[in-house]
Formats: sequence, structure tokens, C-alpha cells
Amino acid sequence: MSAASHDDVSRRDFLYVFSGAAAGVGVAVTAWPFIDQMNPSAAVQALAATEVDLTPIQDGQQITVMWQGKPTWVRKRTQAEIDEVRAMPDSELKDPEADQDRVKKPEWLVVIGICTHLGCIPNRDNSKQPGGYLCACHGSVYDASGRILHGPAPANLPVPPYQFVSDTLIRIG
Amino acid sequence: MASGHSNYTPSNGLTRWLDERLPIIRFANDNLLSFPTPKNLNYWYTFGAILFYCLVIQIVTGIVLAMHFVPNSALAFSSVEYIMRDVNYGWMLRYMHMNGASFFFIAVYVHMSRGLYYGSYKAPREILWILGVIIYLLMMATGFLGYTLPWSQMSLWGANVITNLLGAVLGQDFTQWLWGGFSVDNPTLQRFFSLHYLLPFVILGVSVLHVWALHHVGNNNPTGIDPKGPQDTVPLMPYYTAKYYFVITLFTIAFAVFVFFAPNLLGHADHYVEGNPLKTPTHIAPEWFLGAFYAMLRAIDFNLILDSKILGVLVMLGAIGILFIVPWLDTSRVRSANYRPVYWWCFWIFCADFAMLSWVGLQPAGTVLVQMGVAADGSPTGLNVTHLAQIGTLYYFAFFLVIMPLLGLFETPRTLPESIAQSVLKRGGAGTPAGAAAAPETRI
Amino acid sequence: MRKSIIAAAFASLAILPAAASGAEEPPHVDYSFAGVFGTFDPVQLQRGFQVYKEVCAACHSLKFVAFRNLGDAGGPHFTEAEVKALAAGYDVAAIDNETGEATTRKGLPSDHIPAPFPNEIAAKAANNGSAPPDLSLMAKAREGNASYIHAILTGYDHPVPEGVQVPEGGNYNPYFPGGVIAMPKPLSDGQVEYADASVPRTVDQYAKDVSAFLMWTAEPKMEVRKRVGFGAILFLGALSVLLYLSYRRVWRNVDH
Repeated sequence: MSAASHDDVSRRDFLYVFSGAAAGVGVAVTAWPFIDQMNPSAAVQALAATEVDLTPIQDGQQITVMWQGKPTWVRKRTQAEIDEVRAMPDSELKDPEADQDRVKKPEWLVVIGICTHLGCIPNRDNSKQPGGYLCACHGSVYDASGRILHGPAPANLPVPPYQFVSDTLIRIG
Repeated sequence: MASGHSNYTPSNGLTRWLDERLPIIRFANDNLLSFPTPKNLNYWYTFGAILFYCLVIQIVTGIVLAMHFVPNSALAFSSVEYIMRDVNYGWMLRYMHMNGASFFFIAVYVHMSRGLYYGSYKAPREILWILGVIIYLLMMATGFLGYTLPWSQMSLWGANVITNLLGAVLGQDFTQWLWGGFSVDNPTLQRFFSLHYLLPFVILGVSVLHVWALHHVGNNNPTGIDPKGPQDTVPLMPYYTAKYYFVITLFTIAFAVFVFFAPNLLGHADHYVEGNPLKTPTHIAPEWFLGAFYAMLRAIDFNLILDSKILGVLVMLGAIGILFIVPWLDTSRVRSANYRPVYWWCFWIFCADFAMLSWVGLQPAGTVLVQMGVAADGSPTGLNVTHLAQIGTLYYFAFFLVIMPLLGLFETPRTLPESIAQSVLKRGGAGTPAGAAAAPETRI
Repeated sequence: MRKSIIAAAFASLAILPAAASGAEEPPHVDYSFAGVFGTFDPVQLQRGFQVYKEVCAACHSLKFVAFRNLGDAGGPHFTEAEVKALAAGYDVAAIDNETGEATTRKGLPSDHIPAPFPNEIAAKAANNGSAPPDLSLMAKAREGNASYIHAILTGYDHPVPEGVQVPEGGNYNPYFPGGVIAMPKPLSDGQVEYADASVPRTVDQYAKDVSAFLMWTAEPKMEVRKRVGFGAILFLGALSVLLYLSYRRVWRNVDH
């Protein structure tokens, strides 16, 4: 189209570019529902928080609750256990973290019971560490604060976000 | 695809290297960019592109729905409701898939009518047409299988009726094999889901063959005469691609009106009642796009040599099967109905006939339309939907078996234009010489 | 011409329900959610839930609705605290952590509304042999939608026409296919105490509220659906103009 003036060409280009850009935006916006459908659904979201009643848990006892599909321990520690974990100097730990920073109330330990090594579930086992945990898979040992003492696991057991709704009720998540 | 010679020249060393080993750029250029297309194609000729768009919508929405759907007779219905209520945008994806099926069929009916009107099935496009009929058959199968998946009353009883239909011809052993049991139950649902997922990809494969056949012989066009040279054609890109983008957007608007404002208009209320094997809905209706064939099935309420049940199934299957031999039934040497005054009428009556059959297929059997008397039990008698179905079925078969073969022998066609360019100039009356038009716009 | 054929095909679908049911057409009800701009009235849905809870729930389940849904915008929109309190007012089935035996616990917002009967056989046994259907999808599962439910609930006091046999345990209702419904008249004036004294306590008002509520339970995403639809169609309209201009421009020097 040799007859086309410069003006004509630029106006045409603008129209094509603008149409193409508008169509591109439309496709991008349409893509969102197709991506978002894989995110947790409303039913899954509704189970994102779990409330745990603390009244039935005795001193030294631990219960396991499912929180977001993960075994989560709620443990009422004895004064002896608290004293012991607090006596441990941070410098001796692989992943130094004070017990005070891992609990909201000294007697209540809330941790996710999944070994930070390869995702097995450790057991309460006094053989390696009194009051602690032993992961049967590869021998990682945790103390009564869920902190890694020895073994292949690189980090302490994670503490989930939780809060005390009242003295006898916590809300995890 | 050997339609003429390729005008692709690799521009550098890398593309030259690639072209000698896998000429994929040449292939894309010859088929998607420079493919010479008659310049007089009207809007009816955009439905092929629209159909490809429909297939993409159905496959994409289907794949994401399959991430949430549970093909189990106890859970299927609630998993659909889970999609509608809890999955992010699940309601939209499901309504798109549901209405997408209807729009797919609207488009395919327009596309097929276009082919019948302009004689696009005639030599050398017989294989192109047959591949199209195969796609249509696969679409019906896929649509039916999808209809059964929500495991609603309609799903369950639709599956019962259709499988028993096939059983009428093929026997009890066949239905048990198809069901995987002694009734339509969980095994049936699971295999129907598997096949419903598979068939769209078969459709995609046959569509590739369909386009291959099209690009081998070239497009038909509203005059029905072959392009005689470059003055009769334009390259596909940008001329027809620009048109496709526009038409697809219009189609999407219509689609969006249904998805967002009338998502259940084309469906049936019983689709929201959970399937119950102990209770049949008072009235079983197929999806609207299968209505015509269902009407033909029910039109046969008499025995003729064979039992009416078997005869009905044969008539229904024959109605679809007859499409395969259409290229050899039509004896006229003129393709386009624009130049066939009698065929023009017969064609439009055929379209009306098919629409009527589609409507009749959705009505309860025996619905009286024009009351003429009262039966002994007090119910009205007179012209009922079965009579309409019988008349409609008769014309359907007469159109293919009588009108098509005979009309070609007796009809006097109008004078055909000498070329596409000439027909365009005569209609448009534009002053530009035809030769100038053939030069493709400079691409930047 | 073809357009009119397609239009006729669509129109025929609209005729279908009337031909199919053989029951009287439900009278028109002016719902707030009707039409393309219509939205649910949260206050009405809250009243509708009250009617469901105090009357319908004695026999009918609402299994696809979770308590948390009652707090959804575009629905009854109860506050979070109200939803919690509503849920806690129900006992839901649970397993005792110690003994493993079936027990109950207080409902949580994530729970679905519990059904009045443990299974269909129990529901049948308690209701003269016909199980009351689940109501979650009822408004979409019947031709006429919400107005059908309204018509059924208000359709009990019609005189039985001659020639219609009403069997033992059946009730005449002209809006029900066949005219005889197993459900006895469920509502009477003044039966449900609305907190808002200005709302009439009549069967008609109860029926309107509960049918609107059931339309929401059947189509809980209606409001967002319409909103997205407006955006989509406005955008597509503008895009189609641009693409039409582009198309004309591409073809401007070609006779066709």
C-alpha cells in the first residue's frame, strides 16, 4: 500500500496495537479464574483455623489435633520439664531459640509435629532425651520445647500461629 | 499441505537450518499466514474458527473441572455442588462448560447448514465433509457422556434411556458390558467420565485432519466456483484472522449473556435433583441438541417388518448415517444454493424441519397440539407431537434420498459468474481493479 | 431467516415447562433478585432462614449449606458472631475421641446444617412413606423456581375440584404436579415471630421470605455472577468495536 500516508500508517498501527492490547488484557483477566480455582476452596479455608479446648489435658499430657491437615501437638508441660528446657544454654543448640520465644504460656507447648528433616512424625521418647521426642526415621532428637538437639534435622519443630481465646481455649491458625 | 507452492523463505541461518530438518515455520506460514483464501467468504464461513474456539473453551474448562469433580455415584452430585459453591470461580467454570456445550452445538449446526447450503460437500471435498460428520458424531457422544456426569435425575435416566436404546439393537450382553453391571451404576459413571475426558482430544485430532483436508483442496465459497488465480484470493492472515477475532468476540458476548444471566435456561430443572434409581422423572428430555434424533426415534410407533423399537433405533442411526453419503446423493453440478432456486427452498424447509424436530424431541410423548376429539378415558385426542415427528422424519429422509438425487436432474440453475472477482465487482460495484486487491497488505 | 429458526428453537424451550408439568402456573411474585440487576435482600434472607429453621427444618434437610455460608455477602450476611452462635445452637454428629463411639458436639461455622433424619429410610418412616426432599437446590430443581415454592406454600386452601380424588394422607394443592401433595399445610398466620414487628406475620410473607432464602441456597453465587457478567459484557462490547474497526481497516482496499 504505497499510497498510504505516514499519518494513515500510524493511525492504523495505533488501532491494531490498541485492539491487540485490549484483547491481551481480556485474555489475562480471563486466565485468573482458571488459576485461582486451584487455590484452597472456601470449604478448605473454613477449616484453616482449629479451636482446641485445653480443659481435658492433664499435666504432662499431650494431645494431637489436625490443623490444616498437619498433626499439631498441644502439650501441658510439668514445671520440671519447663525448668529443664529453660536451663539449656542457647549456644548448645543447632538452631538457637529460647524456650520463652516458642511458647505463649510456659506450661503450654504448641508445635507442628512434623520432623524438619524429611517430614516424618517424631514420637515422645525418653530414651535419648527425657521428656523429648525421637524421630524414628533418621534419629533426630528434640527436647521438650521441640528444639532440635542432635540428628540430621536442620531446624526446630515449627510453632503454628495461635492465640489464647480464653484461659482454656486456644485458636490455632 | 500441498495446496500450491510455498512462499516461505527462511530469513537467516538458524531458520534455514531448522527448515531443512523440521519445516515447522514453513508449515505454520503456509497454513496459518499466507494460505490463499477466497476473498468473498461471508460471515457464515467464520464458524469453523468459532468451533475451534468452542473446543478450546470446553477442553480448558473441562480440565479444570476434572480437578474437582469426583466420578463416583455417591459423590458426583455433591462434588458438582462443591464446585458451584466452594471452589474459587467454580460456578463460572461449570456454567461455562455447561453452556459451552450448547454453544458448541449451535455453532456446529450453523457450520453444517452452511456446508449444505453452499454445497461444500461436493467433489473434491467429500473427505472434508465426512471428517466433519465424524466430528459431529464424536461431539454428540461427548455431549451425552457429559450430561450423565453430574449424576442428577436427568443424568441417570438419560444414561438409562440411551444405553437401553443401543441395547435394543445390540442386545442385553452389550448393555451389561457397557454398564459394567446390571444397571446404570457407579462403574458406568466412572467409564463415562474416562471417555468424556478422552473424546475431546479425539475430536481435536480429527479436526486437524479436517483442516488438513480443507487446506489441501482449498475453501469453497458462496459462488461455489473455484478461485481462478491470485485475483480471487487473499492471504488468511491478516484478512480472515482479523475477521475471526471480531466474530469470536461477538460469539463470546452471546455466550457471556447465557453464562452470567441465564445459565440454566438451556438446561432442565431435573438436572438439579440428585439421581434416584428408584424413581423416574415424569418426563425425560435429552439435551436440546439431540432433540431432533430423539424425535425421530419416537416417531416410529408402528411395526414395519421389524419391531417398532428396533426400527426406531435404526431410523435414528440412519438419520445420522445418511450424512456420510450426502456427497454422492446430490447430483447437481452447481454447488451453491444461491444459483439453485428450487434447492434453495428445499434447504430452508429442511432447516425449519430440523428445528421443528428438535423442539418435538423435547416435548413429552403424546402431547396433543391441536385437539380434535376426546378419547374414551377423557384425555384429548388430535394432532399430537408424534404426528409432527412423523411428518418431520419423512421430510428429513426425503430431503436426502429424493430431493437431492432428483433435483440435480430436473432443476435449471441460474447462470454462474465467471469468477469470484467478477461476482464481487458486480455486487459491490467498486471501481478498484481486481488485480490491486490481491496484493496483500504490507506486514510489519 | 436462520436467526429466526434459532430463535424459534430457543423459544420452544421456554414453552416446555408449561407443557410438561400439568400443574397450575405459579402466580407471579415480585422478588428483589429478579431481573439482570436484581440482588438478594439480606434481611429477607435472614427472615427466610428463620422460617426454614423453625418450620421446614423439622422435616427437610439443607445439606449443601454450611453455617459459614449464612455469613456470606450476597447472602443472608449474618455477622461472624451470629454465625458462630447459630452453629453452636445445633448438635452435629461426632466421634468420641476416647471411646470412638458416636456422639454429638456443638456445631462450628464450617459444619453443614445437620439433617433432621439420619437417613432416607428414617425420613420415609417418619413421614407416611414419602421422604421430604432436601431443599438446598429446590428452587432450581422445579420449573418456576422460587415462585413455585411460594405457590406450593400458599396453595393449600383451594377447594378440591370435582373429579379429583384426594387419598388418605394426601393434600390438595393445584400447583403440585398431579394436584395431590403428601406434605400437610406447613405454615399458618402468626406462626413465626419475626423480630421486626413491621413485617406482616402472614403465610404469604413467610412463603415469600423462605422461597427467597431457598433461591439463595440454590444459587448462592448469583450476585457475583451478575457483577462479573456486567464487567465481561461491557468489556467484550468495547473490544468488539475495536476489532470491528481493525477488521474494516485490514479489508479497506479489498473488494469483497
